[in-house]
Amino acid sequence: MKVLVGIKRVVDHNVRVRAKADGSGADIASAKMSINPFDEHAVEEAVRLKEAGVATEVVVVTAGAANAQDVLRHALALGADRAILVETTDHLNSLASAKVLREIAKREAPQLILIGKQAIDDDAAEVGQMLAALLNVGQATFASTIKIANGKAEVTREIDGGQETVELTLPAVITADLRLNDPRYIKLPNMMMAKKKPLETIAIADLQLNTVSKVATINVAEPPARAVGKMLNSVEELIEVLQAQVKVN
Amino acid sequence: MSVLLIAEFDQQSLKAATRSAITAATQLGGDLDVLVIGHNVNAIAQQVAKVQGVTRVLVADDAAYAKPLAENFAPLVQGIAARYSHILAAASSFGKNLVPRVAALLDVDMVSEVTKIIDASTYVRPLYAGNLNATVQTSEVIKLLTVRPTGFTAAKDGEQAAPIEAIATLGDQSLSRFVSENIQVSERPELGTASVIVTGGRSLGSAEKFEALMSPLANKLNAAIGATRAAVDAGFAPNEWQVGQTGTVVAPDVYIAIGVSGAAQHIAGMKESRLIIAINQDPDAQIFQWSDYGLVADLFDAVPKISAAL
Repeated sequence: MKVLVGIKRVVDHNVRVRAKADGSGADIASAKMSINPFDEHAVEEAVRLKEAGVATEVVVVTAGAANAQDVLRHALALGADRAILVETTDHLNSLASAKVLREIAKREAPQLILIGKQAIDDDAAEVGQMLAALLNVGQATFASTIKIANGKAEVTREIDGGQETVELTLPAVITADLRLNDPRYIKLPNMMMAKKKPLETIAIADLQLNTVSKVATINVAEPPARAVGKMLNSVEELIEVLQAQVKVN
Repeated sequence: MSVLLIAEFDQQSLKAATRSAITAATQLGGDLDVLVIGHNVNAIAQQVAKVQGVTRVLVADDAAYAKPLAENFAPLVQGIAARYSHILAAASSFGKNLVPRVAALLDVDMVSEVTKIIDASTYVRPLYAGNLNATVQTSEVIKLLTVRPTGFTAAKDGEQAAPIEAIATLGDQSLSRFVSENIQVSERPELGTASVIVTGGRSLGSAEKFEALMSPLANKLNAAIGATRAAVDAGFAPNEWQVGQTGTVVAPDVYIAIGVSGAAQHIAGMKESRLIIAINQDPDAQIFQWSDYGLVADLFDAVPKISAAL
């Protein structure tokens, strides 16, 4: 069984992102970039499926500029077998990203597609569901447990107030939540090996897609700062605040 | 211009998050049809009909819709979409699972987690875990949105009942199958819509201490209990209590953070709360920068005192 994993290069989760002064976007020109954390969980899960003998090959794909090779190498170091870069300097919205993944899925014909539940830059959580619709296959979003057997995936999903388990006929798309696994620490030899693994580059023009979005960002700004709070001196003062602010049972 | 809103409900009632989405929908203008998809949902449809701002209730009743599988719901919404200028749902796990699938079937790009509606095609949504707000404009013919419930007040029941109409159903698409669910039953208010929330962090030390410290306080304040991701990961509290970027985003009247350090991920999930109160032993904890009132104290001493005094 082949597993395709979609990943995205985003500003590292430890970086505090600010708006550009002219409001045209986020100021990320010199920010440290990393693999989107949720996508790292998706790669880890795919690699574990291979280690368990369920998957035979793990292929990772991203769309972006040439420098997005770094997150593909990261995924290869985690244990993916080969990587595909769909090269573009354009910003792709969710639907365009889903269409790129659809084209790669058509070429690769994976039985399972894994992707993070959302990217930590736009926090949209849309691409997996869109891809599943475009491929007319089942979807399990926000997955915390995945079991593959007999051409089906049994997936436990995090939903409001609890969990839900669904069964999907393969091929299918599953989006990874943080609870799915703990991505492994990458050792130096794995990093060296990843440099030798195949990385194919495809120009986005070759996919012949319309990737222009009708959703445009017209301004990006920081939310208004909260007024400076008051530090209290005793438990008694806090009790007074609570008694004034909250109706007690 | 007509707006279609997809309702979310449990066995008994319409979700509060959907009532908030109805408020957002009325801000877009035009007629508002609310779509109830399910099985044996007559009572829910009647509840929806009473909500202020609803023009018409559409009911798709089919055994295939007994559980909210996006694979079955999405083609149904796609089938009636051409009548509408906007299609929306609350940005709950239900809405986030369903609406993007509908968007792709319609070949349109959507806007998720809308926190403010500026006009019928311009909205505000958060980026980078709420560190930035983006104003986005869509020129799609059908505008698909999910709206964050904390950004909008819940629509109340009105005087009149809107008409209810049955629509044709499409049955099971056979792509997925519901197996089981595990929903926590609690006497406490729902986390996403509670007016008071008490949240515990990892410094509570264990599941037993978390329970012993948080429950009496929550009971006194009729509060929902929240937990940080660190506390959830440490096994002190179930995942559905998680407040944050990857858990539930909340905006209660009063948010009380106990032993919470204030990681960016957590702040993203609660900084819109009206009043934030924090208790932490560490005077340098980030949470104090977001608090209206802060107290540096030993939790195991202070919290029982507070619970006893209220």
